[in-house]
Amino acid sequence: MNLNATLFAQLVVFFILAWFTMKFVWPPIMKALDERAKKIADGLSAADKAKSELALTEKKVVDELKKARESATELRAGAEKQGAQLIEEARQEAARIVTQARQAAEAEAGVAAQRAKEALREQVAVLAVAGAERILRKEINAQVHADLLANLKQELK
Amino acid sequence: MATEHAPNASEYIVHHLTFLTNHKQVGLVDWSVLHLDTLFFSIGLGLLTVFIMARLAARATSGVPGRFQAAVEIIVEMVSDQAKSIVHSPESRQFVAPLALTVFVWIFLMNAMDLLPVDLLPLIGNAIGVHYLRVVPTADINATLGMSLGVLLLCLYYSVKIKGLGHWIHELFTAPFGAHPLLWPINFAMQMIEFVAKTVSHGMRLFGNMYAGELIFMLIALMGAAWAGTFGSGLLWVGGVIAGTLWAIFHILIITLQAFIFMMLTLVYVGQAHESH
Repeated sequence: MNLNATLFAQLVVFFILAWFTMKFVWPPIMKALDERAKKIADGLSAADKAKSELALTEKKVVDELKKARESATELRAGAEKQGAQLIEEARQEAARIVTQARQAAEAEAGVAAQRAKEALREQVAVLAVAGAERILRKEINAQVHADLLANLKQELK
Repeated sequence: MATEHAPNASEYIVHHLTFLTNHKQVGLVDWSVLHLDTLFFSIGLGLLTVFIMARLAARATSGVPGRFQAAVEIIVEMVSDQAKSIVHSPESRQFVAPLALTVFVWIFLMNAMDLLPVDLLPLIGNAIGVHYLRVVPTADINATLGMSLGVLLLCLYYSVKIKGLGHWIHELFTAPFGAHPLLWPINFAMQMIEFVAKTVSHGMRLFGNMYAGELIFMLIALMGAAWAGTFGSGLLWVGGVIAGTLWAIFHILIITLQAFIFMMLTLVYVGQAHESH
């Protein structure tokens, strides 16, 4: 417990060290701390912003998908309708062609039958005359009988 | 050791409690004497403190800090927070907060010299011709009172700076009891007692803790030195190892706590200087 000049030396050293710390130690460390705090704050707000942007984008993507799906459905419906229409048209066309063909064939058949009837009629007349000639075996006034036969021919029509 | 024969317990203790001085001290107070060992270790550790921190501060990054930077930042933030809550003037804090940081780290290091083996540095000193050496600067009352006196000067400076000389002197005579002229001498006496008590207790608290701690380390060392080949001395030696371990572990708490208390009281006293009664 001896008091001596060490006391004052220590006092001076105390202030010199404190001054040195104030000048060269404290400010840079505080600056680094403040800067880091600011960086962290900025980073956090950036993260928040990114998050909200992401949510927005996701919503947009969902909307786009929905829209795309809707338009695809629409397209498919249109295509199906068109396809059905095409098939329907084709069916009608086919039916029309078939009907036409049938009518043509019927008409042709009618004409052929008529012709056959004509030919038959001719031959029936000749046959009848010949038959009659054979049956009667006598001269017959061709003129008189021709009218008769013409009447018969007319009846056969 | 200065003596030829092995020292007895009392000689050992007295030798360890003798400072390395420029010349022998006469009387209790002798302003011509310097404790060279105290100055050497306190200035050395002080320079170590500020230069390591300054080196770190120069490279301090605001990005991801290294471990050492993070450790220093923890201390700096602790001191900064305490200073903010106690000293309310930002302008004063520009000096007081770094001062508190210096005080904390510096006193911690000076206290930590107590944890070195009590004979290690004196033995080395003896080998190079230094026959007396005390390695714990804070176990020297001159060092602790020197620092508390510095805090007192700081308090006076801030009292005058913040309140103005006239107001401060007015306060010296009118606080704490009142402005009646009859109370002036009593007020002044109370104020003086307060200043003296603050300063002396501030320095003595640290000194007392460190001095007592050092003394106990010496006593424990004496237990270990009792080894003489007998069973009893063997027990003492084992006791010395156990006690030394326990006391060193406990002392880690004490040195940190005392450094912290000194720093906090520095801030509190400077904070008080800012407040008007």
